[in-house]
Amino acid sequence: MAQPRVLVVGGGLAGLAASMRLAELGVNVDLMSLVPVKRSHSVCAQGGINSVNALTRQQGDNEWKHLDDTVYGGDFLQHQPPVKEMADWGPRIIDLMDRLGVPFNRTPEGFRDQRRFGGTLYKRTAFAGATTGQQLLYALDEQVRRFEAEGKIRKYEFWDFLTPVLDDSGRCRGAVCQDMVSMQFRSFAADAVVLATGGCGLVYGRSTMSMVCTGSAVSRVYQAGAAYGNGEFIQVHPTAIPGADKLRLMSESARGEGGRVWVPRTPQDPRDPRTIPEADRYYFLEERYPKYMNLVPRDIATREIFDICTTDGLSVEKDRLCVYLDLTHIPKETLDRKLGGILDIYEKFQGVDPRTAPMKIFPAVHYSMGGLWVDYEKSPTGGMLEGSPRNQQTSVPGLYAIGECDYQYHGANRLGANSLLSCIFSGLFCAAGVQASAGAKRAPAAESLFASALRREEERHEALIQRRGGGENPYGIHHELGDLMTRVATVVRRNDQLAAAYDETCALEERWRRCSLSDTGNWTNQNVVFTKSLGDMFPLAKLILKGALLRDECRGAHYKPDFEMPGIAATDPEGKRREAEQWCDRFEANTNKWLKSTIANHGADGHPKITYEDIDTSLIPPRPRLYGLVGGEVIEEVWKERLRAREAKGGQAAAREVGVGAAQS
Amino acid sequence: MIMKTDDHDHGGQTSARTIPVRVLRQDAPGQESYWERHDVPWEPNMNVISVLQKVAAIARSQDGRPVAPVAWDCNCLEEVCGSCTMLINGRTRMACSALVDRLLEEHPDGIELRPMSKFPVVRDLVVDRRRLFHSLERVKAWVPVDDSFDHGPGPRISPEDQEEAYPLSECMSCGCCLEACPQFTRIETPKREGETEEQFAARRAAAFDQGFIGAHAVSQAVLFNKHPTGKMIADERMAALTGQGGIQMCGNAQNCVAVCPKHIPLTRSIARAGRAATLWALKKLFDR
Repeated sequence: MAQPRVLVVGGGLAGLAASMRLAELGVNVDLMSLVPVKRSHSVCAQGGINSVNALTRQQGDNEWKHLDDTVYGGDFLQHQPPVKEMADWGPRIIDLMDRLGVPFNRTPEGFRDQRRFGGTLYKRTAFAGATTGQQLLYALDEQVRRFEAEGKIRKYEFWDFLTPVLDDSGRCRGAVCQDMVSMQFRSFAADAVVLATGGCGLVYGRSTMSMVCTGSAVSRVYQAGAAYGNGEFIQVHPTAIPGADKLRLMSESARGEGGRVWVPRTPQDPRDPRTIPEADRYYFLEERYPKYMNLVPRDIATREIFDICTTDGLSVEKDRLCVYLDLTHIPKETLDRKLGGILDIYEKFQGVDPRTAPMKIFPAVHYSMGGLWVDYEKSPTGGMLEGSPRNQQTSVPGLYAIGECDYQYHGANRLGANSLLSCIFSGLFCAAGVQASAGAKRAPAAESLFASALRREEERHEALIQRRGGGENPYGIHHELGDLMTRVATVVRRNDQLAAAYDETCALEERWRRCSLSDTGNWTNQNVVFTKSLGDMFPLAKLILKGALLRDECRGAHYKPDFEMPGIAATDPEGKRREAEQWCDRFEANTNKWLKSTIANHGADGHPKITYEDIDTSLIPPRPRLYGLVGGEVIEEVWKERLRAREAKGGQAAAREVGVGAAQS
Repeated sequence: MIMKTDDHDHGGQTSARTIPVRVLRQDAPGQESYWERHDVPWEPNMNVISVLQKVAAIARSQDGRPVAPVAWDCNCLEEVCGSCTMLINGRTRMACSALVDRLLEEHPDGIELRPMSKFPVVRDLVVDRRRLFHSLERVKAWVPVDDSFDHGPGPRISPEDQEEAYPLSECMSCGCCLEACPQFTRIETPKREGETEEQFAARRAAAFDQGFIGAHAVSQAVLFNKHPTGKMIADERMAALTGQGGIQMCGNAQNCVAVCPKHIPLTRSIARAGRAATLWALKKLFDR
């Protein structure tokens, strides 16, 4: 029997890991990407990749704690079996990447060095300078090139995925794609299609994401019927370098290596920051979070930096919001060795050397925790069953999603250095199941299926090219959409603004229909490719806004001040106790109501239909996320009592002793 | 920055000042190139990418004629993906890290943009750099692992070796070193009428195999020949390095290292590869 053929769309870490493993299993792979795969957005990941390791293990760490940090950091909004499997695979994945030649930083004895990242107390993060994503991507790119040389992988670079091809039973049988150089259309028959197309940062205009991160491929399969999960959960990274074309990431590793965030206590203190004495500096993260200090989870660091500038008016500059991220107390030689790559970026784009002057940074849209809904099959040990064709499969049979474009691993907030792990893990892990699905016997898809899908795409393209009048400029509309989304759907969210923004987005989408192209040719027409991808941003923008509007609570990156649960105001023990009981009652009620994934399905009317999905929390019962909350220790006490009472009654039996943790005030 | 307090409004009302930009355009392979002038409104903190974004949004030349947007490659915009290489005021470099104010200090009369000259032009500033990746295949720039299943950690590596390997591994395949190299000359193989994709790819690869592999590939061969597992196929890499289009073609102009945006010690790699090639040739002689 002929070997199955799989189309992998996207050549970042997830797509390359899947392609490599599939080729190894004997599957023929067509690997498609908007850019040469070596130029994928994974190269921008800087800080590192998490896993339990020999050192942390001896300090009491284990895979269970990695799982716990991940789901606690993600505010319990993810199914736990896949996360458990990922944490279990962590050590093996780092070992593999090490064998593939990734130049991880080394200890004097020659072991891999590790640094600490946000949301954990262990040094779990392996790193290669400050360009870990680039180094991991290159190692996989090299293996894929090796398979390409052997004829097992065929690459299609500078190709745009336009639509999945579904048969009458609803199974994905391939795709229609377009060569972005010759503008030729072609259909690709495939026994399975794997989407690994990353995040959708460009829906927000400027972000830390690369120019290919439009979300268009994901939007196209969503419009073809695939369900989308947790769209409203968008990570805003606390530290980025503001820029006119892009907001460049300043890695969390800058804080992992000892970087300190501060503002002058006097608003817009005119002094050179280096001359401002300690007493006049406000290290607000350290003061407010004495346990995690500068390494609180990202959603919290982001809100604090945002707040100190907007609410407290302590922005370093008057007409531009920013705070100091200070590395100047660390020896220059250490900085060069461990952070050289990112410090060069700052110096190159800002013209200031961060080794001698504090950097000025501000939050920026960074990562989509949400993405295509994907399935999994639970294993008897509580993880994921390897080889199951259900793993990573979207709601469309035969269509898979891995990496940032799935919704599976990060819940309401992603921990730093977990994304590289989830990308490589989902890519490697899905392969056996994809092979099983692709290899199953079924009648060949009718030729007419592809022909008609191809014709539809050609007609759409022609209509866009031929469109006259209207006069709307796609770049201008993109700019307006980005501003709107950034204003209402990032750090702080309010229902009146979200509702208004939804209508404005629909109006922008109408205007998009009147775009006229400035390039109507049929050779390397970037104008038409961009205009198409812009059109596909609207369904995503709408599901983000709608999901955020409906979710009346605070969870991870989704913060609505109108639904915040304040800390404890009382100062006397009885009052504290009473308030803590009330707090826990409210927390339980909120958990019952909102600990659910938002599932969006594209409606025929162009609006998302929102439903909710229960979450598998069978491994670690949800508990209050108390980082920095006033009175957190009392709440923790009350919560633990309730948990013990419930366990005594034989309720949540699986509650392992990991401690409520992280409570502080 | 994510708040609306920035002054980078795309309406361009911040200043009446404009930047004259000259772009060498070409509509498609085999067509004549031509110069086109654009006036782009100046804003603070611009780079060449934001200039090109404006050119695309305005879509009119300086004399007000509607023109198709200039085509160019870019992705990460932070000088790590290697996409946006072009000739800016005659110098090969990345467009994202080319800051406009700095360019205007050097050339107050404007900015000139041309496509790289050592690769076939696809359109405007977009060139076809497949040959660059083909060279990586020629020197087998990978670690020949058995498989991707679990076999424990990789080899122990000293910090010194890591610090030597890491800079070489930062090569982002931008092609600056090739553009600047006198020995790396353009190879263009247009598709023939009636040729299948497979036939065309094979003919193109054969043509690439005639040419110089380039400094980037030499450096990658050195990187993998140093790696404890990578060196297990060192002989195969040496065969490529000393074969047709190999290291002997290097004329030691040292332009490569001067233009590398990542400051990779390319000439050190070339010297090391050259010594290894001599030893390897001797070894082959005696092994006969």
